[in-house]
Parts: sequence; C-alpha cells; structure tokens
Amino acid sequence: MALLQISEPGQSPQPHQRKHAVGIDLGTTNSLVATIRSGSADILPDEQGRNLLPSVVHYEAEGVSCVGYEAAEHSSSDPLNTLLSIKRLMGRGLEDVKRLGTGLPYNFAADEGGMPKIKTAHGPVSPIQVSAEILRKLAGRAELAFDGMLDGAVITVPAYFDEAQRQATKDAATLAGIKVLRLLNEPTAAAIAYGLDAEEAEDENAQRLIAVYDLGGGTFDISILRLSKGVFEVLATGGDSALGGDDLDHAIANWLCAELGMTGDLDPVEQRVLLEAAKCAKEELTESDQVELDILDTTLDLTKDQLHELVDGLIDQTLSACKRAIRDAGLKTNEIDEVVLVGGSTRMPRVGQKVGELFDRQPKCSLDPDLVVAMGAAKQAEVLIGNKSADDMLLLDVIPLSLGIETMGGLTEKLIHRNTTIPVAKAQEFTTFKDGQTAMSIHVVQGERELISDCRSLARFELRGIPPMVAGSAKIQVSYQVDADGLLNVSARELSSGVESSIEVKPSFGLTDNEITQMLQDSFSHARDDMRLRALREQQVEADRMLEDLRAAIEKDGETLLDASELNCLQVALDELQALRDSCDDHRQLANQIESVGKSSEDFAARRMDASIKQALAGLSLDEALDK
Amino acid sequence: MSIANNFFEIFSLPIAWEIDESALNQKFRALQLAFHPDRYANKNDFEKRLAVQTASTINQAYETLSSPLLRAQYLLELEGFDANQESHITSDGQFLMQQMLLREALGEAKESANPKDALVSLSIEAQQTAAKIQTEFAQHFNAKDYNLAFDTLAKMQFACKFVKDICSLEAELEEL
Repeated sequence: MALLQISEPGQSPQPHQRKHAVGIDLGTTNSLVATIRSGSADILPDEQGRNLLPSVVHYEAEGVSCVGYEAAEHSSSDPLNTLLSIKRLMGRGLEDVKRLGTGLPYNFAADEGGMPKIKTAHGPVSPIQVSAEILRKLAGRAELAFDGMLDGAVITVPAYFDEAQRQATKDAATLAGIKVLRLLNEPTAAAIAYGLDAEEAEDENAQRLIAVYDLGGGTFDISILRLSKGVFEVLATGGDSALGGDDLDHAIANWLCAELGMTGDLDPVEQRVLLEAAKCAKEELTESDQVELDILDTTLDLTKDQLHELVDGLIDQTLSACKRAIRDAGLKTNEIDEVVLVGGSTRMPRVGQKVGELFDRQPKCSLDPDLVVAMGAAKQAEVLIGNKSADDMLLLDVIPLSLGIETMGGLTEKLIHRNTTIPVAKAQEFTTFKDGQTAMSIHVVQGERELISDCRSLARFELRGIPPMVAGSAKIQVSYQVDADGLLNVSARELSSGVESSIEVKPSFGLTDNEITQMLQDSFSHARDDMRLRALREQQVEADRMLEDLRAAIEKDGETLLDASELNCLQVALDELQALRDSCDDHRQLANQIESVGKSSEDFAARRMDASIKQALAGLSLDEALDK
Repeated sequence: MSIANNFFEIFSLPIAWEIDESALNQKFRALQLAFHPDRYANKNDFEKRLAVQTASTINQAYETLSSPLLRAQYLLELEGFDANQESHITSDGQFLMQQMLLREALGEAKESANPKDALVSLSIEAQQTAAKIQTEFAQHFNAKDYNLAFDTLAKMQFACKFVKDICSLEAELEEL
C-alpha cells in the first residue's frame, strides 16, 4: 500500500495538486465569488457570512477607504466619493456616458482619449480601476477561504457586452492581479449552473432549446441556447448593456420627483434619497398591493397598478429584444422548451409575469437569481483550471454585435456578423493608395448600423512597416481574430514580401497596454516587497506549469516528433529552467527564462497540434486526441 | 496554419453539394471538443493561439458547409470560380422578371392594410423559389456544368437576399 505523501508546510506538493479556481460575477449592483467544494458550487461569503459584495467603492483623499457594505453606507452622505453602478461606465466613452444619461451623480473628467474618469477626493479614477478594487476584494475573500493563492478565475460579463466593455473587464482583472481563465457570458453561466444540459438525459441525442432572460441591475441579456448532453451552444443573443433594474428605479424616482413637485437640477444627495425610496417601493410592492412612502417630510402612496404603468415600457423593451433573438436563432417562440430567469431584477413579479406571457410558459427560477451566475462560472473555472475532466463539456458562444471597419464616406463594412460562433477569424486584403506608402490606419467598429457614427468605435489600428512600393502593388492582408472571450486581435502582413507589419492599437475607450503596465507599477510601489514576493510566486507557478506540461509532452510525443538533437536541446532548456526555478529569487529573471523556453518549444507545440489535428481528422481516435 | 486541404476534408465528408447534416453536426462537435480554446486554458500563450486559430477554422468550415448558399459558393470556388462577388448577375430574363415582381409585391405588402398576413404568403413563395433554385444548382453542379451552376448561384444569392429582406421586414413590423 502506498503511503500518503505529505509535503512540508509552505512547499508546493507535486503535480496534479488541486488548483484554486473561482467564478466571479462582477455585477452592476452586487458582486460575488464562488468555488467548487466537494463537487458543488459554493458562494464564498465574507467574515460576517454575507454572500453578496455590493459593487461600491468609497474613496478618501489617501485612496480607497472601503469596498462593499461599508462603502455603501457612505452613499447618501458622500455621494461624489462613493462610486456605485460602475459597470455601466465600463468600456464607455465620456460622450456615451452623457448620452446614456446614467443618472449617476459623479463629476466626470475626460482624459486625452475621451475616456471618462471620475473626480474623487483621491483624484480622478477610471472605471477600470474601480472595478479592479471590487475584484481585489473578492479575490481576497477567495484567498482567505483557500488559505492560499488564487490560480485563476472565470469572470462573467453580460452576453451583450461589446468588445470594449469586455476588454475593460479583463483589464480590471489584470490590474487586480487575477489570472483570467475566461470571460464567460452571464446567461451561459446560468445555464451551466442549472445543469440544464443534463436534464432528460435518458435520450442521448435529446436537444433542448432554452431562453435565458437575465435582467441585472444595469444590463439586460437574452440568450437562446441549444443544449444537448454537455454541449451549450448559443444560437443567438441580444439585449441592452444599458438597461436594468437601475432604470426601473429611475422611472419610479422620476415619478416621485414629479409628485413632490421638485423641479430643476437635484443635488446628488436628493438624487440618492429619491433612488433609495424608489428601490424600497419596488421591493415592498413585490409582496403588497400598495406602499406608503415618507420622503423629505412628505407622505406618498404608490399602488401596484401605478408601478406597472411606470415600468411596463421598460419591460416591453426587453421583450422586443427577446423576439429579435428568437428570430435570429431561426426559431419561433413556441419552439422554446424552457425559460430561465436570472438577475436580481427578475425578482419583481411583473417581470416574470410578462416574460411568462411572451413565451406562454411558467419561467424557471428555482436557483437564487442573484447567485446563479457566479455558481455557473465556478463550475466552468473548475474545468478550465484542470481540476475536473472536461471531456463532456463544451461551450460554444457567439459574438453579440457585428464587427466592421470604416470605409469611404463614413460607412461600415461588416466583417463578422452578429451571432457568429466564436472564435472566428476573417482576413481582408488592402492595397496602398500612394507610391512608397508605408503605413495605413484601420478603424474597427461594432454594431448593426450602416453609418460609422451610429456604431461603437472600438479601436484604430495603425499598420507600419509596409515595404515601400508603387501605389496599388502592395497586398496587405489584415486578419481579424475574435477569441473565445469575444476579444479582438488584429494582425497584418504584406503578402508579396511576407513582411509582418507592426500594429499599434489605439483603443477608443480603453487603456493601452502601456497605461495598464503603468497602473500596475503604481499599485506595486505601495507595498514593494510584498508585491515582489507575489510576483516571484506567480512566476514559480508558471514555471512549474510549463515544466510539468513539457515533460508530459516529451514523454508522449518527444521521440516521434523531435530528432535527437532537438530533444536534447529541449531537455537542457528544461533542466536549466528547473534549476533557476529552485534557486532564483528574481521574478524577472525567472520570467525571462520561462519566455525563452516557451519560444524554443513553439515548434514542438505546433508539431503536436498538427499531429493531433491529423489524428482527429483521420477520425481514427478522437478520444486519444482529447487526451493530449 | 491550414489544417486540411478543404473544408469538407475537415469533417471527413466527400466534396459534394448533398451533405449529411447529422454527420456534419456530430463531427463538428467532436472536433470542437478537442480543439476549442477552453481545452487549452492551461497551456502557454503560443499553444492557446494555435487552438484559437484551429477552432476558428473549424467554425468557419462548419458555417460554410451548413449554409446552402455558402456551400454552393464554396464548391464553385474549389472549381476555380470567383464566386463571392455580388456583381455577378444571371442572364435568365424570366428569373429576373419574376424577382422584380416579387420585389414589387414586397413593397405592396408593406403598404397593405394587413402587412403581416401579406408577408406570410409572400414568404412561402420566396422559400419555394429558393428551394427550386437549389435543386437547379444541384442538377448543374452534379452534371459538372459549372458555368450553368455559376449562373444559378447568382440566382441563389438573389433569392436568399429576398428571403432575408422579408425576415427583416417581419422583424420591423413585430417591433412596432
């Protein structure tokens, strides 16, 4: 009988140890973190046992004073320094924010790029930084629960988030020092949490069509999925990334405002008081038919019928989006087998009632609509980090909005249509307009409209290093690659010379890589030693992963795919990496070595990929290809 | 990196207009189970990139072969035609006349007292036309009359566009 191996405290046990992965629901109103423990998804509560973390950050002159419940307590007394509903500003430009009229009482300042920054006592902060504070707090909860470092996280985003909003979310995670395994769409996460694919599994080939209706605090999503055992295939998605429970509150607050005879601009404190009263009224009216409100020394009555009048228009907007998504999926409403309600705002009975009427069936809401997204994300994180075999789970998601480029006359040319399964790639050929031209600029947008000005500007890509040639003779192939997270990557190459162009990305409403690096360094300088230790630990984990990976690959394919000298080179490189990993305490040196081993193993990786594709294509043994 | 000589080969299917949809679906899923980037979440950046490229190709191949119009276009591309251009117009005068009448009918349906009902019958007619053209394409293509097939493809593009326009009009009416 084998003896149990127990490693010394603080030292990492050998390969295949359980890794710490979480699912994070970064919400407009509340955020959560969940993980898998003994096979089921558990929300990780704070020390007081509370599951939710209000998505609120309070700033003082010295910086962040608190996040979550404590921060929320400042919302009425110090509204300008208490930042909430920040998700509504993610990936948005200052102009968007003004146009959308988020009803947020902040003082905005634009940076050079037109990206909104919020003026606080601490100075201007970007929505990405605020979100990073919330993520950091959640990661802290997780590390406390694990009593160890977090290895990776799945972070959920509204399915209808555009590329800029997704990128902003990922940047926030980078700032918070979290490794993102995947950005997962919220409705897909909910479908996973419900395990809807496994239901009625008697018939192996059974397919079911599901609509996930997700009304959160600030966003609305509808996704139509086709489920068969283990496969979650999104057929169409739709929504509004600026419509949510907040808007229902605003509709009620506006009514209150009119009833109270308040005119002109309200000060931030009054705004907050009205919104709080509106929220209370909405919640009270789930149980009773009438509510009495005391606001600013006046008493008002609001009945359920009056409430419905105020909110029905907004709910109808969501139903229109549902109809469009069903049509995009090539289906009819009566073909949908099941409707699932997700998001805190679906607690309002009127929402469930109207959704039920549209689909002509009782919606399902057996799991807590506030928790379900985080639970699904935790399940996916467990698979992606490698703790759980993934043999039978597959998520096929789509791009929610068409991707296009600007052409002559301010028009859009669509490259990738909405609801195309991702990852997806498209290539386009351009030529030069002038003799000796060495650079060109491509403006990428997202949206359905014909005019550039009606679409969301994502980024301008400047290609440089085109070899000088006569006008019209260069052939520049530009490739647009959208990955499984819905993020865009653009590369370009001049075909006749094979020269790769360098591309500089200027995100329209996001941070450049340099800005992120700068922000990271700024946050490091606070606690330099601590961060250095953490960075070293991260690189050690990375080195271990690479060593484990490559050794397994060599054992499996080394003799068939590499010749003796190649094999020897790789072995030597691995031994050097191992030696450095065990002795070195400079994280940069270790990172460099990891990168160099990564580079020198690229050929091997490409050959292995080729081999497994050939194997799969031959249809000989798909199971073996899976077992890479 | 190209993973196969053509899209049909990816799914081990013969190059043909007729396609075994259930085999296509089944093989698509099996391939994505193996090569979807989620399977490579724990690998290094280079391997992740390879997986994204491979999965993209599989998706593109699946989309192309699943859609009759794209499949027809692709088949002719394999035969050396530049099939992805909208400027190519059929020389079939009768067909063009019929399309003009259909377009007029669409305009009238929009203005009629009950546009939704008018669209239903028009939509059925459009779909029947589309099916008929597909049969025509199959005959020409299977007989290796690629020039005739190419001409039919232009009709197919017409008919598909018309079905799509009806759909978006239906959508507009629904959202009013």
